[in-house]
Order: sequence, then structure tokens, then C-alpha cells
Amino acid sequence: MTMIEAIRDAHDVMMGRDDNVVVFGEDVGYFGGVFRCTKGLQQKYGRARCFDAPINESGIVGTAIGMAAYGLRPCVEIQFADYMYPAYDQMVSEAARLRHRSAGDFTAPLTIRMPTGGGIFGAQTHSQSPEALFTHVCGLKTVVPSNPYDAKGLLISAIEDDDPVIFLEPKRLYNGPFDGHHDRPVVPWSAHPLSEVPEGHYTVPLGSASVRRTGSDVTVLAYGTMVYVAEAAVSEQGIDAEIIDLRTLLPLDTDTIAASVKKTRRCVIVHEATRTSGFGAELSAIVQEACFYHLEAPIERVTGWDTPYPHAQEWDYFPGPERVGRALKRVMEV
Amino acid sequence: MPAHDPLNLHVPEPAFRPGSRPDFSGVTIPKAGTVRKPPVDAAPEDIRDLAYSIIRVLNRVGEAVGPWAGQLSDEELQAALKTMMKVRAYDVRMQMAQRQGKTSFYMQCTGEEAIACAFQMALEKGDMNFPTYRQQGLLIASGYPLVDMMCQIYSNSRDPMKGRQLPVMYSSKAHGFFSISGNLGTQYPQAVGWAMASAIKGDTRVAAGWIGDGSTAESDFHAALVFASTYKAPVVLNIVNNQWAISTFQGIARGGSGTFAARGHGFGIPSLRVDGNDYPAVYAVAKWAVERARRNLGPTLIEYVTYRAAAHSTSDDPSAYRPKEESEAWPLGDPIERLKNHLSVKKLWTEERHTQAMAEVEAEVMAAQKEAESFGTLHTGPKASARDMFVDVFKEMPPHLKRQRQEAGF
Repeated sequence: MTMIEAIRDAHDVMMGRDDNVVVFGEDVGYFGGVFRCTKGLQQKYGRARCFDAPINESGIVGTAIGMAAYGLRPCVEIQFADYMYPAYDQMVSEAARLRHRSAGDFTAPLTIRMPTGGGIFGAQTHSQSPEALFTHVCGLKTVVPSNPYDAKGLLISAIEDDDPVIFLEPKRLYNGPFDGHHDRPVVPWSAHPLSEVPEGHYTVPLGSASVRRTGSDVTVLAYGTMVYVAEAAVSEQGIDAEIIDLRTLLPLDTDTIAASVKKTRRCVIVHEATRTSGFGAELSAIVQEACFYHLEAPIERVTGWDTPYPHAQEWDYFPGPERVGRALKRVMEV
Repeated sequence: MPAHDPLNLHVPEPAFRPGSRPDFSGVTIPKAGTVRKPPVDAAPEDIRDLAYSIIRVLNRVGEAVGPWAGQLSDEELQAALKTMMKVRAYDVRMQMAQRQGKTSFYMQCTGEEAIACAFQMALEKGDMNFPTYRQQGLLIASGYPLVDMMCQIYSNSRDPMKGRQLPVMYSSKAHGFFSISGNLGTQYPQAVGWAMASAIKGDTRVAAGWIGDGSTAESDFHAALVFASTYKAPVVLNIVNNQWAISTFQGIARGGSGTFAARGHGFGIPSLRVDGNDYPAVYAVAKWAVERARRNLGPTLIEYVTYRAAAHSTSDDPSAYRPKEESEAWPLGDPIERLKNHLSVKKLWTEERHTQAMAEVEAEVMAAQKEAESFGTLHTGPKASARDMFVDVFKEMPPHLKRQRQEAGF
């Protein structure tokens, strides 16, 4: 399965199991979403459970909160993460705090999906990675799958979770495990073991990272597209790195991270989002707190530059395998 | 407790989907010339009917009739036709360039050319449009160089936006064309603010906001209307109702409101509905609204009824969600054909002249394309500089960006 098919399948499984699961968003109903992640759901479950929304992101999230408070489990789509800002007030001031401010009287078990990241020549309004804007908010869980197996299992967990979950889908991974070598042919998911997706219901728990490669020289912390970029860099540098796919940014699997860094004594953090106050800063702080006496080199961050995502210069912006490779070499030379 | 029937959710659906035969014969289209033209200082409560009709000038045989007719000279009408033809020729070439891999993305305005082209002619130098991504006609009608537009499409070494923006996200202060952001509806309140600034400073400039039918659902649309209403801002608020927001038909954004123009009523804003495929009608209504703004009479809301004849963008395939025949069946026709027909009726145009005009605009567009491509295309030839990526984030580049630029090797 591709990542798109896995996400569609997770919706299908949950809508089939639970009448309370409703799905809506811009172009999500009849057409099945601009990336086709909800294709066929309206035809199968009817217009009252999968429908097109007006173009109003704060309306999409605001009504989803009302439905969730009523007892439904809405799973809504924001067409691109870059369009989520009008809904940010609803996410931050409302969904994230409803349980706390009502002392558990009302809750908002909803999932908000959105495609993130660049690599498709989408420029500044179709390429952003705003995960740190969610992890900074207390009361939101933030998930970033990197493959079809995890995407389905994590999305089912997100929909079943009793708190609001932000589900970020790296759009460059929708059709294949992209490793940053943009000048090479696209690799389809069919060739990758993690495209084997079981039928029916299964979960990948929120808050658990996955060790994608075991190694002893350096720990690479990555998520989403950057998992494959890290794999490419590690193999090209011939370094025995341990690559951890975080999968969930909040709650974060700090045990897996700390155990790995204590073993390898070095750490490189990779993300596509801009650097300053990015999630890498949080990771760096956590590693420093947990592993200070084990570290043999400064923690490195490889990130997008602190500029808007450019169109023509996309590959100068994207933190590809070469930049990750240079960082790996630097920490190994200390 | 009384017994109640169970509730059920109402989800609007378009009349036609792929596989069904589009039939607009039940749609009421007022005859050209039948909608009255009120004075520009008419009170909004006295012209509420204009939000529920369609102002039209060109009738079925190509004559210009009624109170909104007769505002353009013969020469202006001839030039108008050629401008619309140029916009269409430009779209055809750029669409093809995208298909040839010379750029990443393109958006045509096929069938909607009259709206932007005619509106631009109602503005004066110093006025400002806040356009959406489908108003290339504003730039072309204002005389902005085609080569510069194409360099933006190609993100090449002469791209005025330095390769930063998605193709079609033009910007030109000199031509009264505000930088397009790509996010929907965000620039509608900005148009109102720009107009308020002109009033605050005691200037005489007016602004024009642009939005599509789908994006009127955005909160920013409503924010713009409340500010425009409260401060009587000198702004024309344009809604291009082309029936489709990607795959979503206009009924999802319109909801229970009879028309998009009627949205203005709750704000006490004079609201008009016009045939967007009728160049003289668009021009006359735009003139009326711009005059209101210029005379400090406040905002006007205009809904242009049109049809998005092409796909939303090069990333879209409309055959998945609407009948292929719907565009042909659309009852308001094609704006270029209709103006051409009008000029023929007036003995101002012939088939020979049309063929010649077509050859001229195509030659102009192709020459511009050749020149633009000499400055590179997205994947070949001279490129927008990677060093430039770090410029203009701030006026002065802060130390952390200088360090990053150095690290990037530019």
C-alpha cells in the first residue's frame, strides 16, 4: 500500500467500526481529497459521515470540536498544513484546553490531519512543517508517520485517542520513501517492507519511537521524510549510526532516545522545518538533560533554513543527504 | 416529553455530477438590459433587488442594451477584445509550458477573462488590486510586460519575485497589483485596510479586493465586510463566482444564502450581481462601484457570475467531479465570443480581422515566451539565485541568517 492508501484504509476501518467517526474537510467528500486520502468514503458511508466543508479552516476545526464534545470522533482534513493558521485559535485556545478548563466535563477527541513538508515545488504556501507550533501547545498530541504501516496504525490510535491529535502527513512520502535525492527516479512504496499493511484494525501506539537502524557510532533523531534522508546519508557516509524515527513528537519517547544516545554518545537531529525554536531545539535540550555526561560531541541540528520555503531554490533549502552527511562527519571527528 | 422525528444532516449537492447531462434550462437568466441602474448614491436598502438579479448588457444577438450599456467607445471595445484574446493566448502558452516541464504549476482563467480585463479599465493609476491567483487579466490589461509575467512563471534569473513564489503569484506595486500570498481570503481585509489608509490620509485612491466563491466561506471575508461597512472604506469587494472551488460546488460556500452578493446585505453594503462573461456589463458595474468609492460613498460588493471553464490548476482533473459537458452547457457563454459577436453586429469586427488579431496576440505572446526562456526556465538555463533565498526575510539580515547563508555555501 502507498501511504495514501494506508491513510484511506485507516479511515475506512474506523468508520466501519464506529458510527461516531465522521470525516470532513475541503474537497474531502465527493472527490475524496486533493491527495485522495478520503476517496470512496462518502460513497461507502454516506454524505452525513463524509462531506465537503466550506473553505474555512477555523470553521472545520471549530465544528469538529463541537461534534467531539457531543460524543463523535471527528477526523478532519486541513488541505495543506500551510492553511491551518486560521484554525490555530480553535486548536490552541479551544481543543487543547477544553478538558482542563472544564475539569474533564467536556473533552475534544478529534484528529486533525494535514499534509506537511516540501519537495513538490509547492513554495511557501504548500511546503511548511509547522510541528513545533503544535508541540509547544499543552494539550495537543502531535504525530508524524513516515511509512504506510505506521500511518495506518498511528491514525487509528489518533482517532481512538480521547484527546485532540494533530496528524502531520509528509506529502513527499505519500507515493514513495523519498530520501532527498530529487534527481533520481521516484522509488515506489511497493519495494519497501513497511508498505506491507495488515487488513483491518491494528494500532501503533502514540508515544513510541521506532529504531529504524541499530548502530553504535551516533544517534540520528528524525521523523517523516527525514528518516529516509538520514538513511541515505548514513549509508553514503558509511557510518554505523542508529536511526530513530520518533513517529510521535508529543508524547515523546524519551526513553528510547536517551538509551540510544547513552550508547552511541553522539547525536544528530534532523528536521525539515526552520531551525530557530524548531522541534530540534526541544530534542537537543532533552538529550542534553538526559545524556550530558555521556556525550562526546556537541549535538548537531540539520534543518531547513530560517527563510520561507522557496520555489526555484527548493533543493537548496531542503536539508538533503549531503547536509546530513556533513553533520554526521563533523560529530564523528570530535 | 413530546415525540420528535430524528434530525438529519443536510449536505448540499450540485445538480450535475460526471455521468449526468448538465441542463441549465431551469436557471433563470434575466434578459439583457432589464436590470435598472440606480444612481451611485442610492441607499443600500433601496437596491437590495440588485443582489438577486444579473446585470447584463449584451443580448443574445450581440446588441448592447439597457441602462448599463453605452459606456465604452468603439476603439475601447476593440482593444478590450484583443486584451481578452491576449490573456487567453498567454494562458494557453503557459499551460503548455507547464506540460512541457518548463515550470511546476500553472492556473488558467479560461472563461473568466472579461472580469479582470474590464475591471482594470475602471481603475485609475494609484488604485490597488488585491487579487486572487486567477486575475492575470488585471496585469495584462494594465500593460504589465508579458515577459516579466513569464519570468515569474519560470522562476528564472529575471523573475521579479526572485524564484521565491509559486508560479502565478505575481506582484507589482507600479501596476496596482498587490503581492499574491496563495492563502485564501487573507487579502480581502487587507484591501479594506489599504482603502481605509487612503481615507485616513485624505488621498483619492481606491482599492479592490478579490475573492472566489469558495473562499467567501473564510472568516477573513466576513472580517473584510464588517470593517468596510463600519468605516465606509473606499473599496470595491469583488466575488468571482466561477461555480467551482476545486471539486466543491458553490453551494457549499453559499449555503442558504440566495446569492453571494446577498452576503453584503447584512452589512448594509450595496451589493450587485453581474454577468461576468459580459465585458460591457462588467465594465459598467465596475465603473459604478469605483465612482461610489471615489466619491466617499463607501464600499460596494459585486458578484460576477461566471464559469471556471478549465481545471482549477495543472494539478487538477475536473472530470472526476463534474460533467465534461458542463462548461459547454453553461448558459452565459464565452466572454470572448460574446464581445466578438457584439463588435461584428456593430460592424466593427470581421472574421478576417479576428484571424489577424489572433495572429498578432499569438505572435506577441510567443515572442515574449522566447525572450523569457532566454533567461531560463525552472529546470534549465540561468536560475534564480540561491543566495537570494536569505534576502528580504528582514530588511537587515540578522547574524543567524548570515551564518546560515555561509553554512549553505552561498
